Amino acid sequence: MAGFHRALIRRTINLLIVLFLVLVLTVSLLGETMDKILTDNIRQEVIASLIDSKIKFQDAEAQQAYVDQQIELRIRNLGLDEPWYSPKRFLNTIFKVMMLDLGRSYFLTSDNGSPEVLDIIAEKVPRTLLLFTSATVIIFVLGIYIGPYLAERYRSKLDKANVFISMFSNSLPTFWVGMIMIYLFASIVPIFPVRSTPTSSPSDPLYIVDLLYHMILPLITLVVLGIAVQSYFVRLFVVNILDEDFIKAKRAIGVPKKKILYSHALRNAAPPLLNSIILGLASSFGGALLVEIVFEWPGVGFLFYEAITVFDVPVIIGLVYISTIIYIAAVFLTDLAYSVFDPRVKAIS
Amino acid sequence: MTIQTIPSSKSDIIGGFRHSKLGLTGVIILVLLVGISIYTITSVPLTTFRQWNSPSYWVDYPASAAPSWTNLELFGPTAAAHTILTSESGDRKVSELTFRGIHIVSNSFTTNFDYDSYPTDFAIFYSARYGSIPPVLEVKVTRPDGLDFRIYYSSLPSNSLVNNEGGIIQESAELPKRDAEGEISDDDDTQQQSEYSSRVFSTDRDISKNLRQYASLFRYSTDVNRPQVMIFSNTQEKEILKGSYTFNITFYFFDNLDVVEETQVILGGTVYGLLGTDAFRRDLAIGILWGTPVALFIGLTVAVGTSLIAMIYGVTSGYKGGHTDEIMMRINDFFISLPVLILLILISVRVGLNLYLIVIFLILFGWAGGARLMRSLSLQIKNFQYVEASKMMGESDMKIILRHIVPQLLPLTFATIAYSVPGAILAEAGLSFLGLSDLSIPSWGRILNEANSASAFTLGFWWWIIPPGIMVGLTGLSFALIGYTLEHITNPRRAR
Repeated sequence: MAGFHRALIRRTINLLIVLFLVLVLTVSLLGETMDKILTDNIRQEVIASLIDSKIKFQDAEAQQAYVDQQIELRIRNLGLDEPWYSPKRFLNTIFKVMMLDLGRSYFLTSDNGSPEVLDIIAEKVPRTLLLFTSATVIIFVLGIYIGPYLAERYRSKLDKANVFISMFSNSLPTFWVGMIMIYLFASIVPIFPVRSTPTSSPSDPLYIVDLLYHMILPLITLVVLGIAVQSYFVRLFVVNILDEDFIKAKRAIGVPKKKILYSHALRNAAPPLLNSIILGLASSFGGALLVEIVFEWPGVGFLFYEAITVFDVPVIIGLVYISTIIYIAAVFLTDLAYSVFDPRVKAIS
Repeated sequence: MTIQTIPSSKSDIIGGFRHSKLGLTGVIILVLLVGISIYTITSVPLTTFRQWNSPSYWVDYPASAAPSWTNLELFGPTAAAHTILTSESGDRKVSELTFRGIHIVSNSFTTNFDYDSYPTDFAIFYSARYGSIPPVLEVKVTRPDGLDFRIYYSSLPSNSLVNNEGGIIQESAELPKRDAEGEISDDDDTQQQSEYSSRVFSTDRDISKNLRQYASLFRYSTDVNRPQVMIFSNTQEKEILKGSYTFNITFYFFDNLDVVEETQVILGGTVYGLLGTDAFRRDLAIGILWGTPVALFIGLTVAVGTSLIAMIYGVTSGYKGGHTDEIMMRINDFFISLPVLILLILISVRVGLNLYLIVIFLILFGWAGGARLMRSLSLQIKNFQYVEASKMMGESDMKIILRHIVPQLLPLTFATIAYSVPGAILAEAGLSFLGLSDLSIPSWGRILNEANSASAFTLGFWWWIIPPGIMVGLTGLSFALIGYTLEHITNPRRAR
C-alpha cells in the first residue's frame, strides 16, 4: 500500500500546483482591471461622501485638491499604491482567493440579493454538480450495459451504427444539440420549459421538485450526446479483453456467456475505461458548462456567461477558482478509482 | 495496448480505406468540405468575408428570411421571394438616347412574379454621377396586363446641397478633360462632378402621390399607401396579378458627361437564397461557406500542432526514461489537469482572442493526452530487439528515435491528428458561442452564438441554427471516421 499512498500524495501535490498556477494566471490577467475598478470605486465614494458632507470650498481648485487628497489617502490605506504585480499584493490576492475570501461582486447578486462572490457561487455549485455528476453517472451506467451487449455483437450492423453515431455525437456542439432539444421539446411539443431556471423561490418546499423538473431537458441532452461514445469505449475495451487467453479458458470450462461479459471482461476493462473517462472529463465538463448557458440552468456555467457579459471581475476570478477546483477534484477522484482498479499503478508508483 | 506489425505503405492505407465503408464516408465528406472551401475562396467575393459584421453591407437583403426552397408549392401558398435585381446578375437592360440636348439613360429590370403573396416592400437603388445641373429620375413599372404606372418622378438633389436626404454624395476627382477627342477643350470646362447614391423606398410619399392617379383603374378601392400591394394587384379583382413586371429607371441628364453608375431593384420577400438570412439581414449561405475554410484551418492546424508536440514529447520522455521521464510526465500530468475551456475563457476575457491566438492556445493546452499515449507506445518499441541491437551498435539516440521509433509511430500520429480535429473545431465553436472568439471572422460558432442571443428558435428561425451545427458535426465526423479507419489499418487490435 505504500506505493498507493505515494501516488496519492504525488497527485495531491500536482493538483495543488495546478490550482496555484491557474490562480497566478488569473490574477496576472485580471489584476490590472481589478485595480482600475477599485480606484474608480474609491473615487465615486469620495465624491459621494463630499456631496453628503456639504463642505464649502473657496473655488473649484480647492475642491479638486481635497478630492485628490482623499482618494490618495484611501488608496494608501487599502495598499493600492503599490502596483498589483508587486510581490506583496500579488501573493496577498492569491492567498485571499485560496482562502475563499472572494470579495464583493460589482453587479451580480445571489438569489437572495447578497453581493458576496462566495454566496453567489456557493448557491450555483450544487446545481452544476447535480447536473454534471448525474449526467456522468447515467452515461457511465448505461455504457456499462450497452457496451458488452455491443461487444457480443461485434461487427454487426448495430455495432457499426453505434461507431458511426458515437463519432457523430462526439463531433456535435453540445450547445447546439441543446438548442435543438429546446426547439423540439419546449417549442414544438411543449413538455419542458424553455428556460431551465426554476420559477419557484429556493425557500419553497417544492423547490427541489421544480429544480429537478427543469433539469430533465439539459440532462437528457448531455446523456444523449455521451451515451454512444461511452458504449463505444466500453465495447472497445471489452472486445480487447475477450481476446485474452483467460477468457477463452473460462469459456472452455463453461462459464455462462453473460457472466463472462458482464463480470470478468468488464472488470478487466475497468482501468482503460477509467483512463478514457479522465481524458474525456475536460471536454465533457466544458460541454456541461455550455449546455447550462443554452438552457439557462442556474449553475456555474451560466454564471460564467453572465459574469463575462457584464465583466464582473471578482465573480470571474472566483468562478475560475471554484470551477478549477471542481474540475481537478473530478480528475483526482477518477484517478483514484483508476489506481484502485489497476494493480499496476500501485506497483509502478 | 500493444504495437503490432504496422503496415505503413501507401497501398495498405489506400486499400484499407477502400474496404471500409466508414472510412470511405469520411473521405467523401472531407473532399466535399475541401471543395466547398476552394469554391468559397476562389468564387465568393472577399468583401462578403470582410463586411460580415457591417450592417450597411447587407441592407438590401431581407431580415430573417427563410430559405427559398421552402417555397415549393406543395407546402401551400408560396411566399414572395426576396429578389435583388442588379446589373451584375444580368437582369439589366440599358438604353441611351439624346433628345434635344437631354441625355436619357434608361435601365430596365424585368422579373417574373408568380408568388401567392405580395412583396413585403420594394426599393430602388441608384447611383449617378453628375455636374451642376441635377438630373431627373423617373421610375415606371410595366405590369403584365400592359398598364404602365409611373411611380416616381423627381429631380435629384443639386450638387451644392450637401447630403441632407439620406443619400450619399461623394466628391470625386475632376473628370479628365476630353482633350484627346478634341471636342471640349478649354480650361474652364473641367467640371466638378459628384456621385450621388440613394434609395427610393416603397414607403416614399412621392410614390403614393403618383399612384393616386391610377386608383381609378381599379374596380375596388385600393390603398395608395401600400404601393407594393397596389402595383402587384389585379385591377378587376382583389388578388395578386402574376406575371412579368418591368421596372424602368430613367435618368434625364442635362449634360452629356453625366453617367449612371449603378441601379438595382429590390423586391422585398420573406424567403431568400439557399439558406435564408439572419436577423441582421446577412445571407447565411455566405456565412456557412466562409465558415468551412475557417473551421478546416482551425481544426487541422491545432490537430497537427498538438499531435506533433505529443509525439516529440512522448517519444523523448519514453525513450530517455529515468529522471527525465519522471519530470516530463509530472509536467504532462499538470497539463492534463488544466481546465482548458475555463482558461480559454479567462484569457479571451482579458486579451481578446484573434483566430491565430485561439489556435496557439488550443495547441498549448491540447497536446498532453496524446503525449501520454505516445510515451507508452515508445516504451514498447524501445524494447524491440532491433532497437536494442542498433543501440548496442552505437547509434546515437537521435538517430534511433528518428529512424526506428518515429516511423513506427507515424501512422498512429496521423490517426491522432484526424481524431483531434473535431475537438479543436468544437473548442472554437464553444468559445464563439460564449462570444469570446475572433469578432472579425464569420465562423459557425459565431453564427450559432448570434442565433442563440437573438433567440432564433423561439422565433422559429430554424434555418439560422440547424445548418451551422450540422456543418460542425459533419466536419468533425469526417475526421473522426478517417482517424478510425487509419487506426484500424495501422493497429487493428486497438481500433475495432
